[in-house]
Amino acid sequence: MEIDPFVFRLSIFILSIFVGYYVVWSVTPSLHTPLMSVTNAISSVIIVGAIIAALAGKGNDIFNQASIFGYLAIILAAVNIFGGFLVTQRMLAMYKKKKK
Amino acid sequence: MISVNLLAMFYLISGVLFILALRGLSSPETSRRGNFFGILGMSIAVVVTFLSIGNFSISFVYVIAFLLIGGSIGAIIAFKIPMTAMPELVAGFHSLVGLAAVFVAISAFLNPDAFNLGTIGNIKLASLIEMSIGAAVGAITFSGSIIAFLKLRGIMSGAPITFPGQHILNLIILISIIGLTYFLCTTQSSSLFWTLILISFLVGILLIIPIGGADMPVVISMLNSYSGWAAAGIGFTLENTALIITGALVGSSGAILSYIMCKGMNRSFFSVILGGFGGTDQVAKSNSKEQKPVKSGNSDDAAFLMKNASSVIIVPGYGMAVAQAQHALREMVDTLKKNGIKVSYAIHPVAGRMPGHMNVLLAEANVPYDEVFELEEINNDFANCDVAYVIGANDVTNPVAKTDPQSPIYGMPILDVEKAKSVLFVKRSLSPGYAGVDNDLFYRENTLMLFADAKKMTEDIIKSF
Repeated sequence: MEIDPFVFRLSIFILSIFVGYYVVWSVTPSLHTPLMSVTNAISSVIIVGAIIAALAGKGNDIFNQASIFGYLAIILAAVNIFGGFLVTQRMLAMYKKKKK
Repeated sequence: MISVNLLAMFYLISGVLFILALRGLSSPETSRRGNFFGILGMSIAVVVTFLSIGNFSISFVYVIAFLLIGGSIGAIIAFKIPMTAMPELVAGFHSLVGLAAVFVAISAFLNPDAFNLGTIGNIKLASLIEMSIGAAVGAITFSGSIIAFLKLRGIMSGAPITFPGQHILNLIILISIIGLTYFLCTTQSSSLFWTLILISFLVGILLIIPIGGADMPVVISMLNSYSGWAAAGIGFTLENTALIITGALVGSSGAILSYIMCKGMNRSFFSVILGGFGGTDQVAKSNSKEQKPVKSGNSDDAAFLMKNASSVIIVPGYGMAVAQAQHALREMVDTLKKNGIKVSYAIHPVAGRMPGHMNVLLAEANVPYDEVFELEEINNDFANCDVAYVIGANDVTNPVAKTDPQSPIYGMPILDVEKAKSVLFVKRSLSPGYAGVDNDLFYRENTLMLFADAKKMTEDIIKSF
């Protein structure tokens, strides 16, 4: 009997939680705010779902009931992606070492 | 058009790059490269998604247009936002992730064909469950973050809003969500799906209104975590590895931050979530102490004390953020350093309204990050320092946390400010802090209260030097 692909995805999910656990504990507390803004940006990778949903509207039916939600999601996720990465960049640029 | 397997490989690469993005944050030097990895991962994910669909029709143009509209809004916000507004910005961004997850789930429910999930009215059971979880958690994240945003922005009062039967109501709603999901799976009814989303919006609101202002670090971290789990739920629906990996990363990241914040206040996660902390009953208890003598001084006294010190530790708190005093503070420290005085900064884990809030503000004011220390690193140094300059912090310095088991903040790790030879406490009045507890430090022999706005006082001290 073959293994259901869901099991593989679940494995990836569980292992990623552990990876996240160890990686985040190694983040220095002074960078906790950038950590939040960057996790915000990367969780907007949900935009791939939005793109698929939006492009499902075809021909005369570009903005149908389903695709319109896709388009809206694209806007929201894009605000987050650009906003999240750029504001993180802006913050990280401010962290400087003492001038020797 | 690229094959499904190749596509999955690229999503995996995106996921790995996201892990590296977080890994980079282990030190400020590597963090900028980490952020670049994150951007790279995101670009790969978006580009291969386009390639996989291969439908470069007119709708493709619209997608690009919407992406650019959203992107420009995001970029403008990112450049315009003042650093003091970072907590509400992050809360706002969380709400967008939540809403995006809801929209994608709705779209998948209305057009399951596009995602290979079956047909309308006959969606695969597993997908439907994943979709419901993604939509529900997304909706909770959205409305919860909106409330957090309103509270942080000051549009809504930061005071906890509680009413009788609150917890029971929440419990009933939670059970009804599970019930709804079950019936949704058996009937595939779209009205149940909409009801589920609406109720989840309600849960988000009910969950956050009883939580008070200074518990916001926990709330923001918790919503951060939720936004991750919502993304992971959608990732399962769409069978997308990048989304699953990212969701798991963000989910555990937020959970760890919540844990750190709770530990910083010595409170259990549940007591924060159940809310109502700092309510009127605790404030009433502390009123009897008002009569004790207090030494208060002006900027000249403070300048004199600091000039004659050999080491000074600065303890910033939320009040510094409110008064936007970080730049004035750094100027004051520059003057001190010119006089050969050793200055360092001590940051309590829950100082401010979000994890790392104080560090960002000090970085903005060009304070080198190697002069800024966490609680465990610096706490022993207070005993050897001449002056502790407490600016806008209160509860996190209260010695009562170590001595009085009756106190609501008992057991909370505090900065041992009272061990310094003298303490300068900048505060507008003697009013108790968020926890509603009177601060013993105000009445100590070695404490000099400076009653003023944090920024104004700091500027006056500079003038007095």
